Amino acid sequence: MTRLLQSLAAGVGQGSIYALLALAFVIIYKSMRVVNFAVPGMMILGAYMVVYFGNVLGINFWIALLLAILVGAVVAFLIERLAIRPMIGKPVFAIAIITLGIDVLLRVVTSDLIGTNIRNIRDPWGLKTFNLGDVVIQHRRVAMVVAAALVCGLLFLFFRYSRIGLAMRATAFDQEAALTLGISVGTVFALSWVIAGGLSALAGMFVATGSGIDQQSAFVALKALPAVILGGIDSIPGAVVGALTVGIFEGLSNTYQIQYLPFLGQNFAQVVPYVILFIVLLVRPYGLFGTPEIERV
Amino acid sequence: MVATLGWKTGGPGGAGRLLAVENLEVVYDEVVLVLRGVSLTVPEGKIVALLGGNGAGKTTLLRALTGLLDIHDGDITKGSISLNGKRVDNLDAPRLVRQGISQVPEGRRIFAELTVEENLRAGAHSAPTGIADRFDRVYSLFPVLAQRRKGTAGFLSGGEQQMLAIGRALMSDPRYLLLDEPSLGLAPQLVQQIRELIVEINKGGTAVLLVEQNAHMALSISEHGYVMENGRVVMDKPSAELQQDDDVKEFYLGLHKEGELQSFRHVKHYRRRKRWLS
Repeated sequence: MTRLLQSLAAGVGQGSIYALLALAFVIIYKSMRVVNFAVPGMMILGAYMVVYFGNVLGINFWIALLLAILVGAVVAFLIERLAIRPMIGKPVFAIAIITLGIDVLLRVVTSDLIGTNIRNIRDPWGLKTFNLGDVVIQHRRVAMVVAAALVCGLLFLFFRYSRIGLAMRATAFDQEAALTLGISVGTVFALSWVIAGGLSALAGMFVATGSGIDQQSAFVALKALPAVILGGIDSIPGAVVGALTVGIFEGLSNTYQIQYLPFLGQNFAQVVPYVILFIVLLVRPYGLFGTPEIERV
Repeated sequence: MVATLGWKTGGPGGAGRLLAVENLEVVYDEVVLVLRGVSLTVPEGKIVALLGGNGAGKTTLLRALTGLLDIHDGDITKGSISLNGKRVDNLDAPRLVRQGISQVPEGRRIFAELTVEENLRAGAHSAPTGIADRFDRVYSLFPVLAQRRKGTAGFLSGGEQQMLAIGRALMSDPRYLLLDEPSLGLAPQLVQQIRELIVEINKGGTAVLLVEQNAHMALSISEHGYVMENGRVVMDKPSAELQQDDDVKEFYLGLHKEGELQSFRHVKHYRRRKRWLS
């Protein structure tokens, strides 16, 4: 029982990172119907920025985190303005490939900056733990869950009550109708990238907690993709539920798979998100919460 | 039958405050010529009707007036649009809304996932101050929307959705309201209701450009009417005269030359639509 709860706690923590990344995917997709494959690059850049401001420049961790989020947002803004905006109206596939290219660019540059060593950040959590009954829980997992919950709450309030948040929802539903009301669709696009950039950087910081980042860390973000598709690519609650599902199953399989299904080999947990994705797509091709595509023939 | 474009007065005040389109030419995708020199004026505070069959260019004209050509790959290649003498054809959609031109798009296009109130709030995007007054005004014009304030807009009936679309456009407090086929797909009784609402809105001082296929309704409330065909304005007369015009009677009002209502017995005879210009 303890083992189960412990693996669940780790899974929910990991799932919270995926949730932040999944939100970055979904917010951009909702506002401009672009699948943004640059999220891993944006995430690792954010993680490195925390390293840079915190360790290299020696700034206080929290200020370093804020600066990293700011850099992430600005970079995302520039990507949208320079690479994506001129492509509006062009085939979705072409835009997706452009984001792939930007991802490679960001990752190569960041890899070079990271260098060959593991880079640690000076986060306040480290690998400290506390006990809840018999269950040992890492501080950083709690921080991840709290941060993700806070972000979700803020986004909910933002989309529900703010003027520009409402404009973003309106634009997501019908771009032309939003234009007739004087909503500046360009601002909506830019803002969605800025939010996504900030979220990616925040997620990057959490990826770097504990064991630090190296040149391979960006691949963590790829697991947000099954989470997004699982939840339905145009649904914000779906992204969160999908991300938690992926995180929990990954955590469970980390703990139990080698014992009960040893023939699947080591590190099967890495594949679990894609296996879940495969099964869900067989049953619900538009994801758990996505909008079914209705086509008349 | 080409009427002259002589109607340029600015209404009783004579101040000449109007929305004017002059000799407008619009091309889609750099090849498809859709508007071939359209001129039209909407004086402040008046109702103007714009009639024409499918593909005549009515919707394109509205797109040009509200800055929506861009997203449809359309361009103004000739002519101008001016508001009170100031050129506005180079402004984008958000700026035009702030200038007081608001459009109710064809097919309503409400935000079905949002609530009625959120739809209206989105309509007030460009004018966030004094929003409470405008809510009051829209809710008093359309009491049914007030009742269903918290309801999801997608569950409204067709007529209610049309009212929501009009209400949403009114939330930006426009001086010129452009309505693209508000009677589309509505039962006759509802068309009557929409008609009265348009008159009501106009009494509040908002000029209306009413694009319609329902010529009866449009001509009965408008002061002046235009008929478009094939990208050109082919008739330009006071509505009362248009209602008496034989050709308009025949093709838009469904009346026979002798004034009796057209019936299916005569349909064959009218299969080939007469064109004023080609």
